[in-house]
Amino acid sequence: MLDYVTSYLRSNTTPGQAGNLLWAFIYIILIFLGLSVAVIAMNWLERKILAHMQVRLGPMRVGPHGLLQPIADAIKLLIKEDIMPAEADKSVFWIAPVLIVITAFTTFIVVPFGPTHAVTDMNIGVLFMLGVSSLSVLGVVMAGWASNSHYPLIGALRSSAQMVSYEIAMGLAVVAAVLMTSLHGNGLYGVAHGAVGDGTLSMIDIVKAQQDQHAWFIFKFFPLGLIAFFIFAVAMIAETNRAPFDLPEAESELTAGFHTEYSGFRWSLFFLAEYSAMIAVSSIAVTLWLGGWLRPFPTWLTGETWDLVFSLFPAATFLLLALIALVGTLRMPKHPYFRVQTLGLAGFAAVLALIGILLLLPPVRDRIQDIYWFSLKVAGFMYLYIWYRGTFPRYRFDQLMRVGWKVLLPVGLGVLILTAIVGVLL
Amino acid sequence: MSDPSTNISHLELGDRNETFLDSNELVINMGPQHPATHGVLRVILKLDGEKVLGTECVIGYLHRGVEKIAENRTYAMFNPYVDRMDYVAAVSNGLGYCEAVEKLLNVQAPPRANYIRVILTELNRLASHMLWLGTHALDIGAITPLFYTFRDREEILKIFEKYCGARLTTHAFRIGGCLYETYDGFEKDVTNFLDFVTPKIDEYEELLTTNRIWVERTKNVGKISGKECIALGVTGPVLRASGVRWDVRKAQPYAAYSDFDFEIPIGQNGDTYDRYLVRMAEMRQSLHIIRQAVGKIPEGPIMAKVPKVIKPPVGEIYHSIEAPKGELGYFIVSDGSTQPYRLRVRPPSFVNLQALDMMVRGQLVADVVAVIGTLDIVLGEVDR
Repeated sequence: MLDYVTSYLRSNTTPGQAGNLLWAFIYIILIFLGLSVAVIAMNWLERKILAHMQVRLGPMRVGPHGLLQPIADAIKLLIKEDIMPAEADKSVFWIAPVLIVITAFTTFIVVPFGPTHAVTDMNIGVLFMLGVSSLSVLGVVMAGWASNSHYPLIGALRSSAQMVSYEIAMGLAVVAAVLMTSLHGNGLYGVAHGAVGDGTLSMIDIVKAQQDQHAWFIFKFFPLGLIAFFIFAVAMIAETNRAPFDLPEAESELTAGFHTEYSGFRWSLFFLAEYSAMIAVSSIAVTLWLGGWLRPFPTWLTGETWDLVFSLFPAATFLLLALIALVGTLRMPKHPYFRVQTLGLAGFAAVLALIGILLLLPPVRDRIQDIYWFSLKVAGFMYLYIWYRGTFPRYRFDQLMRVGWKVLLPVGLGVLILTAIVGVLL
Repeated sequence: MSDPSTNISHLELGDRNETFLDSNELVINMGPQHPATHGVLRVILKLDGEKVLGTECVIGYLHRGVEKIAENRTYAMFNPYVDRMDYVAAVSNGLGYCEAVEKLLNVQAPPRANYIRVILTELNRLASHMLWLGTHALDIGAITPLFYTFRDREEILKIFEKYCGARLTTHAFRIGGCLYETYDGFEKDVTNFLDFVTPKIDEYEELLTTNRIWVERTKNVGKISGKECIALGVTGPVLRASGVRWDVRKAQPYAAYSDFDFEIPIGQNGDTYDRYLVRMAEMRQSLHIIRQAVGKIPEGPIMAKVPKVIKPPVGEIYHSIEAPKGELGYFIVSDGSTQPYRLRVRPPSFVNLQALDMMVRGQLVADVVAVIGTLDIVLGEVDR
């Protein structure tokens, strides 16, 4: 038994490939928990960041600086009455949110948080991710149809049209990146000669290709990689129905779009799925263009010292967060009413500091690095999502379609062809 | 008459053949509880997919019978009621009513009162336009300007509160002048506000004016020509954005407006973008007017000689002012008693709302929201 547990650790590969069910299960649980925590954190961060962009404070009452607000919201949603419209198609209405959540979580099977930190590695990883995430359209259409109401129906129709159109541009950008994995050559940004790379769709191998070629694909064949990345970055916002492409749930037009009729726990599933999908597509973007788990400047800043400096980043981040929480604690109003909150925030600071100190230990430090850099890059995308929401007005439906079909699609095709040509020439 | 909520057959919403592939039209209710209808407006939309084939506005959800109340109140007692019509521009409503009754009584408000009236009314115009900008941007999906404009509108409300004790329904003016003298530091407060808000208006413009999405969402949306505006009686920024230079402040100067130098911003295309630009320019013009007025408030009384019991002579009067939303007119018929025999309000929102159908026909659902926002209606004034 012990041998079974430790056999995976020696295999130096993902549990899926090692065929170790126990570890695969552990990874699934970890990803599930991590994702739930990420969605909760994202909920709080979005409200806070958006609030500060809009000269207000955001949640402040539930817990210190509203830290417990997402939990309070979750409890509220769970104990809410479950309303099902009388005229709804019961079974479809029931299946839709479940389907959306399942697709959103399934994509994470192949997300590589590190060279071995993934549930499994498929040789069609990217394809699997795009395929599964596009299934969520089905859930949206089902939700809109089953509600048997006008606003959700229009929202669902908009949504399906939008997601399907943008998937094409997205796919072209992905193909450009996949093409880059197979290209040798000596192009801009120091792409090395004779690098290993036979073209791959596996998420892990794509990152490894970037490692071997000493170039994140965003910088490869400058500016081709950058343009492909840009196309993907735009398409993924449309794909996840976020501002400025949030037409399916355009509040001012369709009240809440396809999930207007949903409430309570069912609604929270849509919420969970939306944020998981955001993290999922961001993970694809990070893997394909931003070097996945690779740390920044792997070729410029090399050597023992730099390795050490970069390996201290995770600990430094948590210690910085702890410091911020500590400053927050000291700045809490000195009033008996705030005593519990102040203590809570101090405890939170202590927990963060403890994690930071834990991360300083060499064995932990070395293992956590991959996950840290990956999460940091994804977090950067999450911030962008919030930033867009605070800045942009919403596109109109025809304009959205025009952007997708008349701008992103031709540019994506052009980038694809140019990538192929440049790859052959260099 | 049939109830519009159950019977929509009386709608003449275009030819059935207009629909794409002869699919079924979709009739949906937008409102009265809907985030984008600015209160309790209900629009029945007839759609072909996303395309609007026709609209019908159902109003009256906020009807309080203001005009009928006027017939049972004395002239002075009715004054606070007018604040409740366009509650985001209460000062303008009060000004219009007071001036109409003054005209009926043949009384002139003293110059000092007129200057105070101009300052407060223009401040109110700014507040109203700020609220419009925030909600209009919110309708189009930009959530941030709302908070910026509300932050700055707050400063105006603070000045109102200091002046007359109320923030929204101010009841700032009385028949014959103003009740309250300006408080100590009033001029300083107003000047400080002007210095504070000038860069803020640039800030709003930075977020929106050249924003690609904003321009795409507003250009050529809800177009209406000057001729159509005049035919429908549409006034205010909507009319001016269509290229008609008509502003009651210039055309028939009232209060102290003839003393000030200001421009009437006009647009050319009559689309939503032009209306946005016109209102932004109007905000700057308002600042310009206040800056001129606050420097030279004349000394003197703030109240004209008005009899304790207001009993206008038999007759009728129509007086209109340029409210933030358009021409606000009061038609008062007096039978010589202490109460009006009939009082009729010409509310700009109500008249402008008529143009909605013409502006959105053939456009998309999202444009309906944009056009409702750009018409800048307040349901309290539409329904009265």
